[in-house]
Amino acid sequence: MDIGILALQGDVAEHSAALSEIGVAPRRVRRPDDLTGLDGIILPGGESTTMSMLLESSGLADPLGKELAAGLPALGTCAGMILLSTHAVDGRSDQRCFGAIDLTVRRNGFGRQLESFECDLVVRGLSGAPLRAVFIRAPLVEASGPAVEVLATLEQPAGAHGGVGEAPFGDGRVVPVLCRQGAVLVAAFHPELTPDRRVHELFVSMVEDDRVKRTEVPRTDEGR
Amino acid sequence: MEDAPTAPSASAPNSDHSVSETPTGTRHTGTFTVKRGLADMLRGGVIMDVVTAEHARIAEDAGAVAVMALERVPSDIRAQGGVARMSDPALIEAIQRAVTIPVMAKARIGHFAEAQILEALDVDYIDESEVLTPADEAHHIDKRAFRVPFVCGATNLGEALRRISEGAALIRSKGEAGTGNIVEAVRHLRSILGDIGKLTQADAAERYAWAKQLSAPIDLVNEVAETGRLPVPLFCAGGIATPADSALVMQLGAQAVFVGSGIFKSEDPARRARAIVEATTHFDDAQIVAKVSRGLGASMPGLEMAGLEQRLADRGW
Repeated sequence: MDIGILALQGDVAEHSAALSEIGVAPRRVRRPDDLTGLDGIILPGGESTTMSMLLESSGLADPLGKELAAGLPALGTCAGMILLSTHAVDGRSDQRCFGAIDLTVRRNGFGRQLESFECDLVVRGLSGAPLRAVFIRAPLVEASGPAVEVLATLEQPAGAHGGVGEAPFGDGRVVPVLCRQGAVLVAAFHPELTPDRRVHELFVSMVEDDRVKRTEVPRTDEGR
Repeated sequence: MEDAPTAPSASAPNSDHSVSETPTGTRHTGTFTVKRGLADMLRGGVIMDVVTAEHARIAEDAGAVAVMALERVPSDIRAQGGVARMSDPALIEAIQRAVTIPVMAKARIGHFAEAQILEALDVDYIDESEVLTPADEAHHIDKRAFRVPFVCGATNLGEALRRISEGAALIRSKGEAGTGNIVEAVRHLRSILGDIGKLTQADAAERYAWAKQLSAPIDLVNEVAETGRLPVPLFCAGGIATPADSALVMQLGAQAVFVGSGIFKSEDPARRARAIVEATTHFDDAQIVAKVSRGLGASMPGLEMAGLEQRLADRGW
């Protein structure tokens, strides 16, 4: 199985170590030809503005966008979630959003670093103990489309941040933090920063299912 | 939690409760994982010194992963002399409003009151920096007392481990700030990474001698010996002026770079900033580094170490 990690900037090494631990040899993706023959790709945490700029300058933006549109399985964490979403509120005008999952996200919606936190999450479909989740200047899901399956949520306490420079909402609203649509999985937190490998295992099983599906039903020329 | 997930056992129905001491969803802020986590997100990126909101926007446009808000870049501090202090809070706030990327700011070595102010301003990282005039000649800030994370400079492994034991969540080489001369940063990186390599070869008895020689806690020495790396990320600072400088230190083992005077003291800051960002990502691809290095205009004027009146790297203990 060939899983790539977008290696332009961010915590590539942590995702790489996570995949190695569960027996998958990762491939670093920095140039368009690194995309050839991939079964899945991880978009790591980091700065989404920086990655957007580097996606353009490296010539990866368009070919990666085509692969994602054709159904390449993808895991995005934090900045990677922003890049895979349909729309980023408070993003810059040059922010790249691939639209692989039908979400509207607010960059830094949980606030600045002092509001960064870790907590335990109950995740639908994951057996065992709650999942420890680390949120770093995390994006906040503002809206999700009907095709999106929400696997974990978090309640925003009264007075919680409404994003950097925004008024707090303080309404106890429940926000999705782990979502799936088809073969695309996104987390507002960083499963790569904790020793628990269940999110990466879930993604690898999604990639496996996708591979089986593709061998059974060969894609047309418009597919990959 | 660390164990591989297994099927839930009927004999231990309450095992979930023993894992988590607090209810699910309870938020823990300011933990070491959270502090170190932001440093991990900056890896492979460029953190740029900025003195105005306009500079900060140029840095963000060029692809900076974070900006360091300060009143004077190191080369001006060096040229103008006098006591260099924490920046005006109004300047830091203006820069926070101007950009969406993390904003760092510097406090003087040992000046915990400046650090308290920076934490109150909601900065994303504090650099306890030798570039400012030290406030305490014996003690660094007790960084564990803060929720905001700290980065500290180091010239060798012992200094790096002492700063980590005080609570730093990120280490950078000191280099020699404001010179545009990479030689000191290279010396510091080679010293830190070279000693880590040697330490991994040390047996249990020799590690005590290392701890003594490095003036560093034995538990951190043991951890480095076993893992072959620092417990926090290692970035490079002090003297980066060109895309090639960044490619050099990234290949030596730095995980990201700080650029101080090198960008805004050059002829075309926006272009140079972007070129350094691209060279930091593609540090091992000489074709790309060559491409981005073309026609950048004049670099900042550099300084030879032998001509310096003050070595900033000697500050800190």
